Amino acid sequence: MSASRDADVIAPLSDDPLTDAEVRRLREDFPILQVEVNGHPLSYLDSGATSQRPFAVLDAERTFATTLNAAVHRGAHTLAAEATEIFEDARATVARFIGADEGEIVWTSNATEALNLVAYSISNASLGRGGVAAERLRLREGDEIVTTEMEHHANLIPWQELAARTGATLRVIPLDDEGALRLDVAAELIGERTKLVAFTHVSNVLGVINPVEQLVALARAVGALVVLDACQSAPHLPLDVRELDVDFAVLSGHKMLGPTGIGALYGRRELLEIMPPFLTGGSMITTVTTTEATYLPPPQRFEAGTQKVSQTVALAAAVDYLTAVGMPRIAAHEAAFGARLVEGLSAIDGVRVLGAGIDLPRVGLASFDVDGIHSHDLGQFLDDRGIAVRVGHHCAQPLHRRLGVTSSTRASTYLYTTDDEIDAVLDGVQGAIDFFRRGA
Amino acid sequence: MSDLQNLYQELILDHSRTPHGFGLRGEIAAQSHQVNPTCGDEVTLQVHRAGDGSIEAIAWEGHGCAISQASASLLAELAEGLTVEELEIRIASFREAMRSRGKIEPDEELLGDVAALGGVSRYVARVKCAMLAWVAVEDALHKA
Repeated sequence: MSASRDADVIAPLSDDPLTDAEVRRLREDFPILQVEVNGHPLSYLDSGATSQRPFAVLDAERTFATTLNAAVHRGAHTLAAEATEIFEDARATVARFIGADEGEIVWTSNATEALNLVAYSISNASLGRGGVAAERLRLREGDEIVTTEMEHHANLIPWQELAARTGATLRVIPLDDEGALRLDVAAELIGERTKLVAFTHVSNVLGVINPVEQLVALARAVGALVVLDACQSAPHLPLDVRELDVDFAVLSGHKMLGPTGIGALYGRRELLEIMPPFLTGGSMITTVTTTEATYLPPPQRFEAGTQKVSQTVALAAAVDYLTAVGMPRIAAHEAAFGARLVEGLSAIDGVRVLGAGIDLPRVGLASFDVDGIHSHDLGQFLDDRGIAVRVGHHCAQPLHRRLGVTSSTRASTYLYTTDDEIDAVLDGVQGAIDFFRRGA
Repeated sequence: MSDLQNLYQELILDHSRTPHGFGLRGEIAAQSHQVNPTCGDEVTLQVHRAGDGSIEAIAWEGHGCAISQASASLLAELAEGLTVEELEIRIASFREAMRSRGKIEPDEELLGDVAALGGVSRYVARVKCAMLAWVAVEDALHKA
């Protein structure tokens, strides 16, 4: 399974943005980027929602299905053994990609399930499951969970529910008028009662890279656990969970060139070891009687039922592909687009880029509001030109409410994005303004 | 006319800019609140009835895309003076056209200016926008 047909033309050890020639070569690896939409070449600027897949990923999934398919961690026949090996190799590949040990990666269906796994495991510990060992995970009335006002609903609602089930209180770090986290308030909110702090590494609406180090320091000072939503960072930035010193991190396969239906939870080994299971059933047990069961060590303890094998193999191929291109280069390539989007959109009369004034580094993602034009109408106009963007609240209603809008339009880039596509978005937004204001 | 111009006809843009029936009333009336969870668009709509039971006016407030706003406005304009049965026939006819994926043009005789929304039915993702106020009026009538 080669990582990339063209990996030899890429210099992954450099930090330079990808050259135009390199991006053109990369784009040949992505069959969907050759399609036409509404009579125009596709300009895909919705990678923040889901990324496109290179041949290496598509081929990995197909090769597995056609030559190796078998259920893993059961059965003794040749295919079962080989499938198990490749499944565990995929785990090791993803672990290396984010600086973890392979025993610290739990496969999930998506990042949402990964966050719910943590929340439900803590919930179960709070009910006494996991015994004495799980004591440090227990939440009681008076305990506090801290999250932020900018979270994707997936990193908010599981904590709302966990608080409701355990009697703990959910506290929310507010945003300033620009949309930046109020770190001064965070320092007041995170205190002796705080047991867990959950926040996003990169905002899926603002594109800004949050100051993880400062938030982790606040949590560490009071002994709280840290959950990092890395869905928008793992695909776009070099990521090292140990360097960031977080206890948990979640990622989403389909946002990083992989298929849908696969996500991962990173958990610090000593925490995974004391956590009671979330989903229970086959494949996660050692001994079962009709009245009780004992459980396997992590990560298998958290992987009940038949696993998604071809998806893990494909995700590993995606990670190999990204590694071959070089994450520092991808990050540099996209940072330039982020800056261009913010600058170019802000220069258009009537356009407000959400979080434009935040003084933080950002990825290639910008959400914006156009005065008098609803995001759905704007998205429709752009779609007519073959430009795919995200419209709506991007699963972040509290953030939008705080910034005084109900929805926004989001353009998000990836390693295959070109300057021409950014131009197309900027021209398209101006075109939409002219179109919808006609006759007004 | 391009597909896009057909979707966003002048009439629709005019209705979205200066909507008919916008503004809820203080008096008691059958009311419904509907949200489109994918985009957060919402409408609150009241059905005010005349002494003979016919529809005196539809009053509504909400926010959303040009399609949803124009559709609510066109609905308010259409419903005035109709009996409940007459409105229900029109709701059914509009829904059928909207769900037809461009195969059925709205019945202009029955629906009047509402027929300008015909282009929406080719855009499956936008049918919910056009239907939002119509679902609300149906819900309000059922509650009454």
